[in-house]
Parts: sequence; C-alpha cells; structure tokens
Amino acid sequence: MAKYGKNPRAIGGLVRDAEVHRDVYVDPEVFDLEMEHLFPNSWIYVGHASQLSKAGDFITANIGRQPVVASRHTDGSIHLFYNRCPHKGVKIASEPCGNTGKFFRCPYHAWSFKTDGSLLAIPLKKGYEGTGFTDTQANDGLSRIKNVVVYRDFIFARLSESGVGFEDYFGESLSTIDNMVDRSPEGKLAVEATPIRYMHTCNWKMLVENQTDTCHPMVAHESSAGTAIKVWQREQGNSTETPMAVQLYGPFMSPYEFYEQSGIRIWPNGHGHTGVANSIHSNYSDVEGYLGQMVAAYGEKRAHEILGEVRHNTVYFPNIMVKGAVQILRNFIPIAVDRTLVESWVYRLVGAPDKLYERALMYNRFINAPTSIVGHDDLEMYERAQEGLKSNGNQWVNLRRLYESNEAPDVTAVINGTSERQMRNQFHAWAKFITMDMDQPVEAAE
Amino acid sequence: MISEKTITDFIYREADLLDTMQWQAWLDLFHPEGRYWMPLEWQQQDPVLQPSLMYEDLLLMKVRIERLAGERTFSQKPKSRCHHLLQAPQILVCDPAAGTFKARTSFLYTETRGDTLERFSGWASHDLVPVGDELKIRLKRIDLVNFDAPFGNIQLFM
Ligand code: FES
Ligand SMILES: [Fe+2]
Repeated sequence: MAKYGKNPRAIGGLVRDAEVHRDVYVDPEVFDLEMEHLFPNSWIYVGHASQLSKAGDFITANIGRQPVVASRHTDGSIHLFYNRCPHKGVKIASEPCGNTGKFFRCPYHAWSFKTDGSLLAIPLKKGYEGTGFTDTQANDGLSRIKNVVVYRDFIFARLSESGVGFEDYFGESLSTIDNMVDRSPEGKLAVEATPIRYMHTCNWKMLVENQTDTCHPMVAHESSAGTAIKVWQREQGNSTETPMAVQLYGPFMSPYEFYEQSGIRIWPNGHGHTGVANSIHSNYSDVEGYLGQMVAAYGEKRAHEILGEVRHNTVYFPNIMVKGAVQILRNFIPIAVDRTLVESWVYRLVGAPDKLYERALMYNRFINAPTSIVGHDDLEMYERAQEGLKSNGNQWVNLRRLYESNEAPDVTAVINGTSERQMRNQFHAWAKFITMDMDQPVEAAE
Repeated sequence: MISEKTITDFIYREADLLDTMQWQAWLDLFHPEGRYWMPLEWQQQDPVLQPSLMYEDLLLMKVRIERLAGERTFSQKPKSRCHHLLQAPQILVCDPAAGTFKARTSFLYTETRGDTLERFSGWASHDLVPVGDELKIRLKRIDLVNFDAPFGNIQLFM
C-alpha cells in the first residue's frame, strides 16, 4: 500500500531536525518518489562540454530514471533531449558517447533528426499527408529539455519546467567549480578518458553523506591508509610509484583535530564542502613548472589565491561531489533503492604539466575504483548499513553531532569540520525538493 | 636454459600461489621493478596518462597483502578466496639470448565474498626477465574482457 505517494506530510515526517527515518534509504516507494520528484526538481549534472567538442558529438545520461542525450549542433550550441524517438520510443543514441554526423537516425524506421532535435525526414513521408501528423508532438522532433545551463563547461539540467533557477539553486557553491577550472593556466578543463565505474549495493544517499563524513576515515580506513603508512615507514626507499602514492593515502589517517579545524562550509539548497581552512589535499608536493605557468596566466597574487584554496569534497545536491584540488567529479547515479552506479571522472587541466593529470588519475584509481582498497572499506560500511537498517529495533538514523537547536535552514555558514550539519543541510533540501511539486498536502494516514 | 615449458610452468605456479593465498611467495616472483597493471581502456598503451584500474609497484602490492590480514579489515570478514582457470599460455617471445620472455594466457577468475561469487574473464600477459637462473615478473598485465563495466569490490589479485 502506498504510504508516501502524493503525501508531502508523510514524506516530511521522514526528516526530523537531526534524525532521518530509515525509509529514506530502504523503502522502494521513497526511491520511486525521488525519481519522480526530487531529481526532476533539482539541477542534475549531465556531462562536460569538452565531451562535445565537434558538431555531431553526443553523450547520453540519465536524470533520475529518464534517459537523455546531449548534442553539439552545427552552430556550436549544446542541446539536451529526452533520449526517445517520437515515433515508437526507441532510444536515439545508445552508446555513452559518439559522433552522429549531421543528424540522428532512428535505427527502427529511419526517422531522422537534426542535432538541434528538430525532425529532418521520415521515409515515405506521403503516408502522413492528411493524417493530422503535423499537429502531433512527434512532428516537433525530439522532446527538448528547456532548462539547461552550461556553467564553465559543466552541463546541468532541470527536467521540471518550473522550479528554482540555476543561479538561485547553486549560488555561491559554484565557487568550487570556479576554483577547479581556474587551476588550469588556460582556464579550461578537458575530459579525455572514460570514468572509473563502481557498482555499489546501497542507497545513493549513503555515498553523498559520506563525502562530508569526517569522523570515519581514521576508523574505517585504518585498514587501507593505515596499512599504507605502516608499510611505507618500514620500507621507504624501496619503490618509485610510492612517494606520490603515500601523499595520496597518508592524509586519510589524519586525526579528529585535523578534520575539526579544517571546517565545513554549508550553503543553501543542500550544497556544502569540507576543507575550508585546510584539507587532506593541502600538502601535495609542487609540480615543476606549474606555479610559473599559473603566475604568468593570473599574476602572482591571484595564482596563489587559486592554489591556496584546497577544498576537500564539495557536495552539489543531490548527487555529485567535486574535488577541485585533484580535478575529480564523482557522480552517484541511483539505479534502485539499494543500488548505485558511481562514475568517477577526471578532468585534465588544459595547459598544465602532465604530472598533475597523472596525479589525478592515480588518485582516482587509489580511492574511487572497484580495485581501490580505500573504496573497499567504504563500500563494506554502506552494505552493512543497507542490511542493518532493516532492523526494527530503532528506525531512526542519528545525525545529531554538533547540532544546535536554533540551526536555520538554507543559510551559508562555516562550522566545525566534524559536524553532521552538512548531512542535516542535505536532508532539509531533500524534503524541500521532493515535495516541491506534490499536490496539496493530504492528511497522513494514521 | 629457459624454455617455453619453463615459462608455462611459471605461469601455472603463479596462479597456484594466488589460489592458495601464499602471498609472500607470490610477491617473491616479482622483479624489484615489477609492476601489476589492470588497464581501463581497450588495448591501452600508457599506464600513467590513461586511466587504469590498477598500476602498482611492489610496495603498493605489499600494502594490499598486509591489509588482507589486518585486524580491522572489515571487507575481509569473512575472507575472500579466489580461483584461476587458465588456458594453455600462448608464448609470444622466448629469447634466452636477449633475456626476454612474454606470454599471454586466457583466464577465468572467480573471487568470493561471503556467500557471493564474482566471475571475471580476460587475458593475463606476463613479461618475464631472468634473474640468476630464475624468471621474475617485470609486468603482469590483466586485460578484462569487460574492463569498462561497473564492478563491485575486487579485493584479491587476478
Ligand atoms: S521508432 Fe524511431 S523511427 Fe520508428
Ligand atoms: Fe571513506
């Protein structure tokens, strides 16, 4: 029996000030409502414009459950459509990316569409004369998604026709993307490689929360980062890969005080980041020639400002995390209530030394891959949570760490780095966006 | 004298050491400069400026192995086990004069985690060098047939 559908009050009841009900992670109906309301009402990351460098280039993605395709048109503009033929619904593009040439051609009956989505041709067109075809939606070609914003080459879309505008939705949080892009001496990023993909048998929100969970690394990652430090201390000098590796693994074992002081900044609408004053990315060694390039491009002062900003994880609500200082974006793609596809993308800093790209690729395989020992620690905890939450002994997940009773929602603030406030911030946004377009509140069934 | 049979025997023994979890003996098969590489792209040439699932030196492999036995390694409770099913290795180079030995072996690999069992298939490429009268691994490369699929945890060595 439907408990939550069309029932904003019941959904609101899942989120308390500093607790959330386990149904947000385990109830398939709540998952369906997220797909139906939360994702369409939010601005979702689709891809990067460098993946669409030439006319005819396309990428495919999903927003919630809905398949979409983005394409570069002959005039250079980027368009986003639902990935379904207006004839009988066949997906127009099936690969993750490619080049379609001058038009998309449906593989079923060969209807074709320009790369701006408009209908180009139908075989035996005469058969439609006098049928009223021109009055149908099919005559308009591929269904367009109107709300698309390309921000510094990052493509975001909102499926709902009405809702919060892009600028209001992200606000100051875009400063993390700015900082990542500014780290290129040319102010440009490029996607050159496929992402690392990692299947998680857990709810997508567990991953998102973990991005600002600073109380787990020294515990859960003692197994991986802790062992790395131990082996290195014993055997240093025996390897060539390792120094950079140790710089990447080592800081995961930083003590609570380090994370407390490094701080968390929250922003309205569920965004926020760890690593305000300091972060685990602070002490990577210099890459020869890079600072010189940055100073030449931006001037002494600005170059140091850009490189001095070493934010750790920035959560863009609902489902991406950006790591500006290592040029990585992780996309937590919900598949089912207990299944999440993680895609970890590396962006190359255009014009910067190869060494920086090498480091970003190394970070990605050390931390974000199915072969990453750090990843093994985290996934194990998510799987155990997904199992443990079935318990009826206590149906509430506790997010009370450093809670203050007067916490205002939708504000910007800098707080203690071990606070669970960013998780509370996310759940406030979750309740807001999932119920935003629901019908008038219906009384919750008793 | 290193023959084609020496190479084949070496590859079978290597898989056997993994299947019986004789980790230290397995590590000892590597040359000090040896690498273990699992590419993420089709016919990948560059392990450094192209993305890989793994590209590790001896010290990093040692970290993995010590982690497997760690008291707080929760993803190894219960411990995983593995099984290699190998096709006869195809000898690509057997040149004792130049000291180069290469083989490519088609495999099916199984890894367990509790009650679940994951299966992978692909090709293992061995690049071997003689050290004294023994062969050592300079590079072990694993090309999975579905390298680009989203996997769950892969915790042992293929
Ligand atoms: S379904 Fe696309 S042309 Fe018929
Ligand atoms: Fe973690």
